[in-house]
Amino acid sequence: MKRSRIVVSLVVLATLLYAVAPLFQRDRRGGFEMGKFGRVPILLNGRIKPLDTVARNSLLIIHGKQTLSIEIGTLTAMDWLAEVLMKPAQADQRKIFVIRNPETLTALGLSPEAGKYFSFRDFVPHLQEVEQQAALAQKVEAQLRSPFQRDIIKLFERLTLYHRLENSIEVAGTSDFKRQVEELAKNIHPDPVPMKTGITTEALQSLAFLAETGYFFAIPPFPPNDDPLRWRKMGESLLMFLSDGKLHPAVQTWATLASAFQANDAATFNRTLESYCSQLQRDLPRRVWKAKVESVFNQLQPFYSAMVLYVLIFILAAASWLVWPKTLGRYALILLLVTFAIHSFGLITRMYLEGRPPVTNLYSSAVFIGWGAVLLGIFLERFFRNGIGSATAAMIGFITLLIAHHLSMDGDTMEMMRAVLDTNGWLATHVVCVTLGYASTFLAGFLALTYIVRGAFTPSLDRATASSLTRMVYGIVCFATLFSFVGTILGGIWADQSWGRFWGWDPKENGALLIVLWNAIILHARWGGLVRQRGLMVMAVFGNVVTSWSWFGVNMLGIGLHSYGFMDSAFPWLIAFVASQVALMMIGMLPLHLWRSQLAAPRRAPAPEMADATA
Amino acid sequence: MSTTLLQTSPFRALASLRLTVVCLALGMLLVFLGTLAQVNWGIHRVQARYFQSLFVYWSPPGASWKIPILPGGYLLGTVLLANLIAAHATRFQLSKKKAGIILLHLGVILLLIGQLLTGLFARETQMRIDEGQTLGYSEASREVELVVIDTTSPDYDQVVAIPEGVLAKGGKIQNPSLPFTIKIGQFMPNSQLVMRSQAPQAPPSPATQGFGKSIVVTAEPRTVRDDERDLSSAFIELEGTMGSLGTWLVSNAIPERQSFQLDGHTYSLLMRQRRFYKQFAITLLDFTHESYAGTDIPKNFSSRIRLTDLERNENREVLISMNDPLRYRGFTFYQSGFDNNDKTSILQVVKNPAMLMPYIACGLVALGLLLQFSMHLFGFVKKQSR
Repeated sequence: MKRSRIVVSLVVLATLLYAVAPLFQRDRRGGFEMGKFGRVPILLNGRIKPLDTVARNSLLIIHGKQTLSIEIGTLTAMDWLAEVLMKPAQADQRKIFVIRNPETLTALGLSPEAGKYFSFRDFVPHLQEVEQQAALAQKVEAQLRSPFQRDIIKLFERLTLYHRLENSIEVAGTSDFKRQVEELAKNIHPDPVPMKTGITTEALQSLAFLAETGYFFAIPPFPPNDDPLRWRKMGESLLMFLSDGKLHPAVQTWATLASAFQANDAATFNRTLESYCSQLQRDLPRRVWKAKVESVFNQLQPFYSAMVLYVLIFILAAASWLVWPKTLGRYALILLLVTFAIHSFGLITRMYLEGRPPVTNLYSSAVFIGWGAVLLGIFLERFFRNGIGSATAAMIGFITLLIAHHLSMDGDTMEMMRAVLDTNGWLATHVVCVTLGYASTFLAGFLALTYIVRGAFTPSLDRATASSLTRMVYGIVCFATLFSFVGTILGGIWADQSWGRFWGWDPKENGALLIVLWNAIILHARWGGLVRQRGLMVMAVFGNVVTSWSWFGVNMLGIGLHSYGFMDSAFPWLIAFVASQVALMMIGMLPLHLWRSQLAAPRRAPAPEMADATA
Repeated sequence: MSTTLLQTSPFRALASLRLTVVCLALGMLLVFLGTLAQVNWGIHRVQARYFQSLFVYWSPPGASWKIPILPGGYLLGTVLLANLIAAHATRFQLSKKKAGIILLHLGVILLLIGQLLTGLFARETQMRIDEGQTLGYSEASREVELVVIDTTSPDYDQVVAIPEGVLAKGGKIQNPSLPFTIKIGQFMPNSQLVMRSQAPQAPPSPATQGFGKSIVVTAEPRTVRDDERDLSSAFIELEGTMGSLGTWLVSNAIPERQSFQLDGHTYSLLMRQRRFYKQFAITLLDFTHESYAGTDIPKNFSSRIRLTDLERNENREVLISMNDPLRYRGFTFYQSGFDNNDKTSILQVVKNPAMLMPYIACGLVALGLLLQFSMHLFGFVKKQSR
């Protein structure tokens, strides 16, 4: 007994160590304090966030990954961003743009032999062509665009983002930004009319360009102020200096950082960064703290760790149906609890950073569906102790986090909420209820899949397991009915409060209604004796189809109040998922003698009391 | 007597769970197809054809006949309602164990009735109001009216309004306060208007008076897009005691009044969005529109208005913002949009006598489901722990 307790503690410890390991990765490249640099808060898209978030999201959008492999080793997102901001000549040579569509290559006159990776410099001769092609493609409605048109628009957006990043701190190609700022400060006679300040036309134009093109707002409010509206871009701050003669200290700081980085002077860079950070700490303690939390959160990537662990749990739990059911099942549950804690940590940190209830967009709905399903799965495992709750929960946890990972490719997953959605009360009730409805309908569906797969393909589904699965599915369907019904009606009430229409037959509303109706059908069919054990399972699997339609399908229609934009890339996956579910439903309806598990009453010696289970 | 009725086989069929399942399944099909149809037909037409109808019809393109292919929302709702009530009449007795089931179905019944009432009696209109402007009416966004305004008196106008429903029927319209009859020549719910100078080949206009002579009108199918508005037009002929006064073109595309004299009175003709006058007036003092820092993501819209009601001695300022409407005398004013460089606010004005029903229904259903399932759950936990 004692020994097993030690083993359990070791397993828990090892799992937690695995989860926090990313924090101990080195963050000094060439002596520069990149980790610290990544925690500097800036403003982008209405939200104050650490530079690290900008780096990761931008690299994700441009390159598709959060790190960049180079000839020797890898660059972290921050290493890469520092180059883009302050050493663009080097950054321009990094092969970060990926083009997989051969038509795009041909259209730009690039040879397919050159591979699929390109640097910004490779595109310089073709920028005009890209812009023209993208402008042509943009005139076509989003749903009707050809793969080439979608690809060229994407490429144009990536190039634009890169270009804007490069011109966020200094005009790309500036040799010594610090000296430039110092000279500007020396030669200017502040005047509301810029031309009277003594600045050359050329210098004025480059400041205006910097103000216009810059991607993020690097300069905090001065005097210190919590109002996000008072953050400025580098160029804007310099233009303001022309008229009022007050040079913001942060401008000099950024200029010193840029010149030091360019000159490979790590000591000056680190010293300047250190003093800037302590200044910010004094001026904006809350923002700095949040930026720090966010950058630690970025580094930990709790959802990624959880995703990997869910695979392990699924393997453990599924193996427990074949060998050592008690031991393996126990460790699967312990791991599931630890992983659930990691998943919850991620969820709660996001809620803290956003100051919002858990679900605010499609990405967070995926994270939350996984979370809800795992929570319910833990309860099931606690009661039934047969590995099914763990395995199913782990499977849904893995799939939903994988979906979330792909959804995060579009950039920042913590966007600001549009005016209509800006009410925490309704987000916390309606959205959470509906999403829990999705989670439980999926859980019931995946439990039923376990039944069908184990029953049809393995001999492991005995009658006791079958009947406990039946009770699980039935209970979860009840739960799903409750949450989807209440959530849907709460949505109606929100709509009534917001625009006076309880029900408007909007696609997303209809999707939620379909889930309610389907769950109600399952329950009524069961009560009316229209289906029994296997019928219940097949119906529960169809619940997966209905829920995936409501979750993703309706968004692909591109209409209605809830549409999040057309997601063409997900469409084939949805079709494949639906097809797989229908195939499994058909397997579920095969005559029992074709199943490998012996659920049917034995033919030779029929036992009357077991006839019931054959339904 | 009642027992014998309840035991007849048609009544049993009406009360059966099989019928419930069939109705719910058909409901799913209807909702699914109704969602897909919105891609091509827009939400308003789909709502009328699929959900607020007895049957959904199909006809091959260009044919004049149609066949019902699916029961519509009203029919399914009614059958479900009958099924529910019948089931409760035959099967369920009042008992503590059934309390949850009864409560939740009562909620569903209320929800269905509430939606039926809303479909029949609720009215959604819009108020487009400029800063500084005072309005005492709201307008239907998808319905027009023809008005004849007697502007003879310097102190007041006398208005005769003819709603779209009457215009669409055609024929002659007579009103005791007008010394002429109005003959509807052709009413086009949606149309395209072009200056005659740009379409010299067009046939001559039926209009003999007003701006209609210089405009070519072609009928168009009603728009299916939710962000577009129909341009309705009509040719109307006025007939006085001495014969025809002429034919005019009226259209909501041209908000210009066309005046003429008759028997010492001055009359104006105008087609406009149908108006609904209120017993109170609203003045837009200020409209504000905030965005998040450094973006154009809208953060909040709000309209500061003054509400004036002479009947009830109300004269106060109100702030209407997103998710925070004004409720007054049965109407609810929602911030719905803006226009004209943030100088015009668009308010959605809703009157729905059945507004409270979903709230009560929601409470009942939630309570019923909770009761029912927690009874299951506790029973289950007890059994497991034994």
